Amino acid sequence: MEVLSYLIPISLLLGGVGLVAFIYTVRTNQYDDPEGDSRRILNDDWDDHPKP
Amino acid sequence: MTAVIRPSLSACPACVAAPGAQAIAEQGLHKDAHIALSLPTIHCSACIATVERTLAAMPGVKSARVNLTLKRATVEADHSVMPDQLVKLLERAGYEAHELDAGSLSMTQNDRVGRDLLMRMAVSGFAMMNVMLLSVAVWSGATDATRDLFHWISAAIALPTLAFSGVPFYKSAWSALRARRSNMDVPIVTALLLAVVASVWETALSGHHAYFDAAVALVFFLLTGRYLDHRTRAIARSAAQELSALEVPRATVRRDGAEVVLPAADLRIGDLVLVRPGGRMPVDGVITEGRSEIDRSLLTGETLPVFAEPGRAVSAGEVNLTGPLTIRATAVGRETSLHRMADLVAIAESGRSRYTALADSTAKYYTPGVLLLALASFIGWYVYSGDMRTALNIAVAVLIITCPCALGLAVPAVTTAASGKLFRRGMLIKDATALERLARVDTVVFDKTGTLTAGTPELINLSDHDGTQLAVALALAEGSSHPLSVSLAAAARAAGIVPAQVTDRTEVPGYGSEGVWQGQPVRLGRASWVGAGDKAAGATETTAWLSIGDAAPRGFRFTDRLRPGAADAVRQLMHNGIRVLLISGDTTPVVAALAKRLGIPEWQAEALPADKSARITALQSEGCNVLMVGDGLNDTAALTAADVSISPASALDAARVASDIVLLGSDLSPIADALTTAQSAVKRIRENFNIAMFYNVIAVPIAIAGFATPLVAALAMSSSSITVALNAVRLK
Repeated sequence: MEVLSYLIPISLLLGGVGLVAFIYTVRTNQYDDPEGDSRRILNDDWDDHPKP
Repeated sequence: MTAVIRPSLSACPACVAAPGAQAIAEQGLHKDAHIALSLPTIHCSACIATVERTLAAMPGVKSARVNLTLKRATVEADHSVMPDQLVKLLERAGYEAHELDAGSLSMTQNDRVGRDLLMRMAVSGFAMMNVMLLSVAVWSGATDATRDLFHWISAAIALPTLAFSGVPFYKSAWSALRARRSNMDVPIVTALLLAVVASVWETALSGHHAYFDAAVALVFFLLTGRYLDHRTRAIARSAAQELSALEVPRATVRRDGAEVVLPAADLRIGDLVLVRPGGRMPVDGVITEGRSEIDRSLLTGETLPVFAEPGRAVSAGEVNLTGPLTIRATAVGRETSLHRMADLVAIAESGRSRYTALADSTAKYYTPGVLLLALASFIGWYVYSGDMRTALNIAVAVLIITCPCALGLAVPAVTTAASGKLFRRGMLIKDATALERLARVDTVVFDKTGTLTAGTPELINLSDHDGTQLAVALALAEGSSHPLSVSLAAAARAAGIVPAQVTDRTEVPGYGSEGVWQGQPVRLGRASWVGAGDKAAGATETTAWLSIGDAAPRGFRFTDRLRPGAADAVRQLMHNGIRVLLISGDTTPVVAALAKRLGIPEWQAEALPADKSARITALQSEGCNVLMVGDGLNDTAALTAADVSISPASALDAARVASDIVLLGSDLSPIADALTTAQSAVKRIRENFNIAMFYNVIAVPIAIAGFATPLVAALAMSSSSITVALNAVRLK
C-alpha cells in the first residue's frame, strides 16, 4: 500500500494541472469563437512558416 | 542606456533611427478606432481567410479578426478609415457586410455570468473526476485505514469545491427562502448540505459510506444544465443586440452654417436635420426644405407613399424616399412619437406573463414532495431503529437519489438543441419559454406590409405597354433611386427592353423624372404632375404615370412584392391544420387581393393598432393560442398581446423587442418548421421528465429501504442525466 503515498499526490497534481490549464484558457478568451477556431485549423495560410 | 534616457513609443530601438516612424507610431496610438462589422453570410474557413485578408490589405487597417460564432469582424484601424469603405470593400469581395454601432454593442463587455458558470462547472468537473477515482477504490473493496484515508482526501477535495461551485444554488435557494417561496434549488441545497454533514460525520466515525462523490457530481451535472441554458440565451441576446446595433443612430445636422454628423442622442429641439433619400427620420419634426415622398408603412401599415413638402409634419421612424429633406426637430429622443408608442406597449399586458414554464410547474409539486419523502424516511427510520446516524444516512440517500439532476438537465438540454437548430435556420429564440408557448399555437395572425410582403414594389402590368413606351419609361426610371423607378427599370431590363435616347433627363424630387425624347417632352411620376389626375382618382394600387408628348398618360401599376417563403409558410401552416388570419392597417382592396393570392380565408383591413390587439384578445378568449407575426410599430401591441410573437429582422426595433422570436433572414418559410420543431421539443421535454421520474420510481424504494449505497446513487444519477441529454440530442 506504500505505492499510494506517491500515486495519490501524483493524481491530485495531474488533476490540478488540468484545472489550471483550463482556467488559463478561460481567462485568455479561448472560448469566444469555438465555431471559428474549429474552421481556422483548416486554413493553410501559415502552414509553411509561422505568422510573423 | 539610450533606451532609458529617451523612452520611445515604438517598441524596437531601430525605429528611433528610422525617420518618421516614431511619429507614425504616436499617431497610431492616439487615433486607433474599433470598427465592428456584421457579416451575415460567412460560414467557412475560406470566408474567414478572405475577409481577414481583404480587410488587412486596406491601408490604415492595423488588424482584423473574424468571429465566426457571432458572424462578426472586429477591425482596428486609423481614424482615416471609414466603416462604409470597409463595407464596400467586402461587398466587392462578395460578402454582405453591415456596420455595427459599437455603443449599443458594448463590444468590450464580456459575458461575465457565462464565464463564472463555466469556471464553477470546470472546477466541479475536475473535482468530480478525482473524487470518483478515490470512490471507485472504496467501492472495489478498500477497507479500514485505506478507506478512511480515501474518504478524508475526498473530503479535502469536495468541501472547497462545493463551497466554490455551489454558490449559484446557495444564492438562488436563499433568495427563494427569504421571499418565503420554494424552488428547485431548495432541495438541491438541502441535499448538498445534509450529504456533506452526514459524510463528514461518517468519515470521522470510520463509517462505510460517504457521499462526497455524489455531492460533487450533483453540482457538476446541475451546473452543466445551467451553463447550457445560459449559453443559449446569451447567444440569442447577443444576436438581438446586434440587430439593434445595425441601426447606427447618427444624424446630419446643420449648425452654424456647417453640416456636422452627430449621434442621434445628441440632437436638440430646433436642430435642422438633413435626411437623405433612403434615410429614416431620427426625430419628430416639420419639413423646412425639400420635396419628397415618405414611406410610413412601419408606423401605419400603409403601402402608398405620402407626398412631403415644406410645412408637413413627419415623425421619427418614417423613411424618406426620393429627395433630400431638411427637418426642424420638434421632439427628440424619448419624446418622439415613435418612443412614446413603443413605451405604451410596455404597459400592455403581456401574453407571456400568464405562462408558467413546464420546469416551474413541475418544480412546484416536486420540491415539497422530495423534502417530505426525505423527512418521512428520516422519522420512520429513527422511530424504527432508534439510531440517529442510520436515519440520517438514509434520509441523505433519499435526497441525493431524488435530487432533480436529470430534471435540471431535462429542459435546458432540449431547448439548447432546439434553439440551435432553429438558429441555423435563421430564427432567434429570445425568450426562455418561447419554445414551449410556440408548441401550443393553433392560430397564426399575420401582418401584411413588411411581413407577408417585402415592402418593395413589383410591376404587374408590364405587358399592357408597347415597346416604345417601355423604352422611354426605362430611360426615365434609370438613374433614379425611387423604389418604383428601381422596380420598373429592373422589370423592363428583365423583359429585354433597351432604354430610348432621352436627353435633358432631370429628377424632380417628390414628383418624378422628366426629359426630352425625339423632340417631345416626356415625364414619369405622380399622376397630378404628369397630367393624369382624373385617371388616378380611385386607383387602389400604387401607380406611376408616363406621359409622352400630348398622348394620354399610361399607368404603370405596382403591387407589393411577396416576401420569399410567404406563400410556402401560409400553405404549410394551413396544411398542418392551423388557422391563419391576415390583419392589416392597409386599405381593403389591397388586403383582399393579398388574402386571395395567398389563400387566406380570414382577413381584416384598415385595422388600427388597438383593433389588432383587440382581435387577438378576442381569439384568445375563444380558447385559441395565438402566434402573431408582425413588423411595424402598429403591430407592437398585438405582438405583446399574443401568446407568442415573431418579427422579421427588418422590423422596427420596438417590434423586435416586443416579440419572442426574430427571423434573421428575409425568408418566412421557417415559421412552419418552427412550430413543428417546438412541438417535438416539448414532446422531448416531457419524455425527459418521464425518464427522470422512472429512475426515481426505481431508486427511491431502494433508498427508503436502506439498501442504497453511494455506488447506487452515483449510478442512478449519472445514467439518468446521460439518458436525458442523449434524448435531447435525438431532436429532429
